[in-house]
Amino acid sequence: MIRFERVNKRYPNGRDALSDVSFEIAAGEMAFLTGRTGAGKSTVLGLIALFERPSRGQVWVNGQNTAKLSSRRIPRLRRGIGIVFQDHRLLRERPVFDNVALPLMVANVSLREVGKRVRAALDQVGLLGHERALAHELSVGEQQRVGIARAIVSHPPLLIADEPTGNLDAALAGEMIGLFRRIQQTGATVLIATHDVALVRASGCRELSLRDGLLAGAPGAEGAEPLPVIVAVR
Amino acid sequence: MSSTIGNWVTRHGHALRASLGQLARHGVASALTVLAIGLALALPLALQVLVDNVGGIGGSLADSLGLSVYMKPQISEAAARQLASAVRARRDVARVTLISAAQGLAILRQQPDLGAALDALSGNENPLPNVLEVHPAASATSPARLDALRAALAAEPGVDTVQLDRDWALRFNAIMALARRLLWLGAVLLALGVLVVIGNTVRLEIQGRREEIELTKLVGGSNAYARRPFLYAGVLYGVVAALLAWGIVTAVCLALADPVGHLAAAYGSHFALRGPDRPEIGILIGAGALLGWLGAAIAAGRQIARIQPRPA
Repeated sequence: MIRFERVNKRYPNGRDALSDVSFEIAAGEMAFLTGRTGAGKSTVLGLIALFERPSRGQVWVNGQNTAKLSSRRIPRLRRGIGIVFQDHRLLRERPVFDNVALPLMVANVSLREVGKRVRAALDQVGLLGHERALAHELSVGEQQRVGIARAIVSHPPLLIADEPTGNLDAALAGEMIGLFRRIQQTGATVLIATHDVALVRASGCRELSLRDGLLAGAPGAEGAEPLPVIVAVR
Repeated sequence: MSSTIGNWVTRHGHALRASLGQLARHGVASALTVLAIGLALALPLALQVLVDNVGGIGGSLADSLGLSVYMKPQISEAAARQLASAVRARRDVARVTLISAAQGLAILRQQPDLGAALDALSGNENPLPNVLEVHPAASATSPARLDALRAALAAEPGVDTVQLDRDWALRFNAIMALARRLLWLGAVLLALGVLVVIGNTVRLEIQGRREEIELTKLVGGSNAYARRPFLYAGVLYGVVAALLAWGIVTAVCLALADPVGHLAAAYGSHFALRGPDRPEIGILIGAGALLGWLGAAIAAGRQIARIQPRPA
């Protein structure tokens, strides 16, 4: 589902956000991307969603080489990716319903269907009944969960999340990870960037550890399959 | 997979709803924009109404354009009457009046000094010829047509001379041509003005909603999707403003109806001010919608395409 081949990302200020990163995530797999702030986790997610293009190397998403994708085809690729942002990125002056419905509106889903799916998504994150509240009226943790609802509402085959549990207490964080697990079990591929190592260990999923733009081969906890990860050392 | 038409309806339904929501949320700003465009559209409509009405006046003024056809002295009144019938039948002629020699003499006799002098000069013979007053049709008031009519009349057997006040005809046609040109120029300039006002409004709106547009693109909305609500907003602005312009011009006509009526009566005319007619209103609404769409498309097209979603 996702393949990075010797990917380099250098920013205009000369900083190398990623150096020669290669890994592969199979369809239907759930994995964590770990590392400290600035290690390059957000860059990896950004390259998958085509917010940026790699300076070198290739990124493959769902069998498509993103380098060969014209800018006109990018919206279609993004419609297949559910994204949870670190700063949740909600429209503050709009109700929760409008926020969660956005991916469905963009996909031309009929209004009745939109209503059903939005409520289902809100139910899954435990916010059913909040649909009329304006986004800025919610607590930070609730806003985080609205962001998650928005990412899952269109049942995308690929779900990427950047620190989705940052503002949640341990119990809620665990619930959200459980939710991601359930989504993975329906066949979606899930990649979560987080610095919460405890959460990762508890999940038993594969871990891709980034440090200063370099990927370390990290053996997963019990239950993880052996990884086709190529460790590159500069 | 839903049918293409169903899809189209959903897409445009979403966009229309979104644009209505947009306009409602900024009620005052939207109202001011509509007012500005309405005033801009009212001006060409008012000019058109003016030209229509002046054209109407021109129609009655065309009556004052006349050719005087002097028959040869030996032509009898009966013969003159026959010629009058023939000329009346021409398509470029509106009215023909016969002033027989006897009538002409009677008119002159009314002048106190002239009457005695005439008796002294001619004895019992009437020196005056029969005269046809020929008024051209409204379609034949151009100098070229008048000249042609003049030549045709002069060629008739029995006609001595034909007189025409050409200067007045030239002036009249020149005024009408000027008014029409003014109308076109005014309309073009105002149309450009409307494009700019709408384009500017849409541009500001897009700037204000930049975050939302970015987010729309982040979740996979195409440029066309992001643009559509703004296009609908442009069309709505244009149509509502056109209706407003219609209202403004109608109100102005109502306000002027009385004074114009009095002025016309003072000149002995039944002229009444006419407001815009249905085809003109239809064209105005169509133009409003088109200008609104175009103004929004020009502003939104590039601006939205340039908005790239920021990663975080």
